[in-house]
Amino acid sequence: MSEVVREVPKKDRPQFRNIHITQLPNYRLPLAGIVSILHRISGFLMFALLPFALYLFELSVRSEISYAYFHGIASHWFAKLILLALVWAYMQHFCAGVRHLLMDVHFGLDKDSARKSAVSVLAVSLLLTALVGLKLFGVF
Amino acid sequence: MSNNNIGPKRLVVGAHYGLRDWLAQRITAIVMVLYTATLLVSFLTGSNFSYEGWAGLFAQQWFKLFSVVTFFGLFYHAWVGMRDIWMDYVKSVGVRLTLQIATLLWLIACAAWTVQILWSV
Repeated sequence: MSEVVREVPKKDRPQFRNIHITQLPNYRLPLAGIVSILHRISGFLMFALLPFALYLFELSVRSEISYAYFHGIASHWFAKLILLALVWAYMQHFCAGVRHLLMDVHFGLDKDSARKSAVSVLAVSLLLTALVGLKLFGVF
Repeated sequence: MSNNNIGPKRLVVGAHYGLRDWLAQRITAIVMVLYTATLLVSFLTGSNFSYEGWAGLFAQQWFKLFSVVTFFGLFYHAWVGMRDIWMDYVKSVGVRLTLQIATLLWLIACAAWTVQILWSV
């Protein structure tokens, strides 16, 4: 490269990089975006709680004695809270997953339908979680 | 894919593992929806909610096989999702590779554990 070119002063041009985590509060996610990130969070949550779920499943099917033990664990309020988190994650992931599958076959792809289905996913999963939660904590 | 991609038509790029994983995630998702529906139906039509009823469901061979296929699908599904998460958020190659290997080994262990649970009923 010649000296002449190298002498040209560099201007500070704006850089557009990926969003940093500290900038997240400055962005307002659309509802479809909220469903998208919740899909990831709920999926990760279920992966993290996989040993707990498998352990409970093992207790529940192995024998009558272990079933009683499973019942004892599942009756504790903290275990119920974790179970409720699992239930929410399952409902959210399930509903958003069905939405994904429908969109894969080009169903409800336009902006308006996508927004409506995002609202439905959030509402239905929260409603189902609330129902299971009420049952879990013995309201009905 | 066509078979005549020889010579000048040779496809230089793309291992297509992205498409394979995408498709596997969808197929396993459908299997899990069917499994959920089956569990729900047996729950809603069931009358025996004691240990016998619950274990009796898993004692049947067809349900054991359906369960193990669904769980294996779930672990593959989880692998694709977790790999995406590590790829998106963990920038250091060494840490990412370690996390990916740990995830894979852990899911294989879970698969073995699932077989043990199901065939102990």
